Amino acid sequence: MSAAGPGRPSAHWRHRLAERGIDRQLILLVPALVFVIALFLYPFFYGLSLSFQPTDGGPFSDYARFFSDAYERGTIWITLRIALPAALLNVLAAVPIAYRMRGRFRGKRLVTTLLVVPITLGTVLTAQGLLNFLGPTGWFNRILLATHLVDEPVRLTHNYWGVFFSLVITGFPFAFLLVLSYLSGIDPTLERAAATLGADWRRRFTRITLPLLMPGLATTFCLTFVLAFSVFPSAVLVGNPAGETRVISLAAYQAAYEQYDYPYASAIAMIMGFVELVVIAVVLAARSRFYTGATGGKG
Amino acid sequence: MASITQAPPARPPATDDRRRRVTARPAAWIVWGVVIFFFLNLLGVVASVLVSSFGRRWFDTWLPDGYTTSWYGRAWDEFALLQVIVVTLEVSVLVVGLSLLIGVPAAYVLARRSFPGKRLIFLVFLLPILMPPITYGIPLATVLYKFGLAGNMSGVVLANLVPSVPFVILTMTPFIEQIDPRIESAARMCGAGLRTVFVRVLTPLLVPGILASAILVLVRTVGMFELTFLTAGPDSQTLVVALYYSMSASGIRAQQSVDAMAVIYTSMMLVLLVVALRYVNPTQLVAQVKEDPEH
Repeated sequence: MSAAGPGRPSAHWRHRLAERGIDRQLILLVPALVFVIALFLYPFFYGLSLSFQPTDGGPFSDYARFFSDAYERGTIWITLRIALPAALLNVLAAVPIAYRMRGRFRGKRLVTTLLVVPITLGTVLTAQGLLNFLGPTGWFNRILLATHLVDEPVRLTHNYWGVFFSLVITGFPFAFLLVLSYLSGIDPTLERAAATLGADWRRRFTRITLPLLMPGLATTFCLTFVLAFSVFPSAVLVGNPAGETRVISLAAYQAAYEQYDYPYASAIAMIMGFVELVVIAVVLAARSRFYTGATGGKG
Repeated sequence: MASITQAPPARPPATDDRRRRVTARPAAWIVWGVVIFFFLNLLGVVASVLVSSFGRRWFDTWLPDGYTTSWYGRAWDEFALLQVIVVTLEVSVLVVGLSLLIGVPAAYVLARRSFPGKRLIFLVFLLPILMPPITYGIPLATVLYKFGLAGNMSGVVLANLVPSVPFVILTMTPFIEQIDPRIESAARMCGAGLRTVFVRVLTPLLVPGILASAILVLVRTVGMFELTFLTAGPDSQTLVVALYYSMSASGIRAQQSVDAMAVIYTSMMLVLLVVALRYVNPTQLVAQVKEDPEH
């Protein structure tokens, strides 16, 4: 195609670039790119290089400091121990509920609307509500006591469970809405075809719906996990921030805003991002093993 | 403890080994039971804050021993809520406007064109959504403080733009893909330039999508805690951050005035939500739903 004829040289290279898909329209992309580079990539690499310039010691001493201190190192495990089960529960619980609600029925809009409410509550209000509701004199414990299910109030706040519940309350509706939209994106005629061929619902679910849904579930898990992994306000407010729920974001925050040790805080932030990306990479690698084509529902 | 671990029947109904018709029933009951249990607890969480904010004194009883609205007035004065709400609104409007201005053109290019490096660029736009806010928030706040941009409203707006712009791009791309490219070609044939195509042809067609993503960004910004928390100064706190500070310093303030503030925050979010749901069907965010095809 280089036989475009003898043109002016400037027209020539423009033409050749345009053939490869580069022309003036791409200018529209520039503001967003500049923005992402200036406010995301630059700070990220700045933090990365800062983490190798500790206030004292060699380039890796802040990382060594983090991993040699059991109190600090333990935050990774604490965070994963809260975030993984919460994300898993949110996704797994969302599947049967979304499966049941994917058709059209009366009040569907009401149910989905109600499920969006917790997303808007935000972590801080949820924390406040959980403190009131699940606290030792809250309604939940009162009901348990009144029905004689327990003899003394169950301790559900200021420990692991408080944080776990706040993650379920904020994460489940989110997971549900995502799973529901992935499920509705699967062409229902596929399942009807399977039914015509004599498959019962169990086989239809495991052989047709579930494989088509798997990539969506992996994505949902990743997004829910990101939300749960960065748990911060609820770990402070309904958790036990000095011990059981001292999550890694809290360690990073304390390094930055209580000790003013920015290199160390950056090092913790980098470790945090790394651990999270490892989990996501594992899930996405598993996802690529599933079917990832059109699910027929996109119109 | 088993009685309180929420939502025990978490496994899919596929594991039930009963026949359909007959068996759809118990599975359905379990599912609805879990949903109702979830909602009851949710109701308890919200209602306990609401009741407490109107209660005079509430210690070891089912309900407070008297009702008053004075906590609202007290919270309003104590926390300088008027200023906080004004800041919240200013920040949100700025974030929504800027993220649309930056995001929509980029979404257009990503939806319509293919060019070398497109996948890489897409990945870069995806990263801020995939990373926990604290991870990039701390380096970002450090950089913003270095340039003197943090600790005031510009820092809060800039930090909140980081997840908002990619969010606009991701939500707008499917909307743009739906528009027939021949409409643009026709406009081009009639002599419209790129700007005219955008202003006169695309924008009117995209209004539903723009409204949807604007409202979602608004809800996210009002609710965004971490980034605002890391970059806000004393007079640029949004409502969530002010609420957090009042809660973590709660021995000083009465519990009820914190509750009152939480109720104010929730009602603000609910108003936004009701407005949002007029324009957005929450299930249509990921895929364009084929809603129940004809039988």
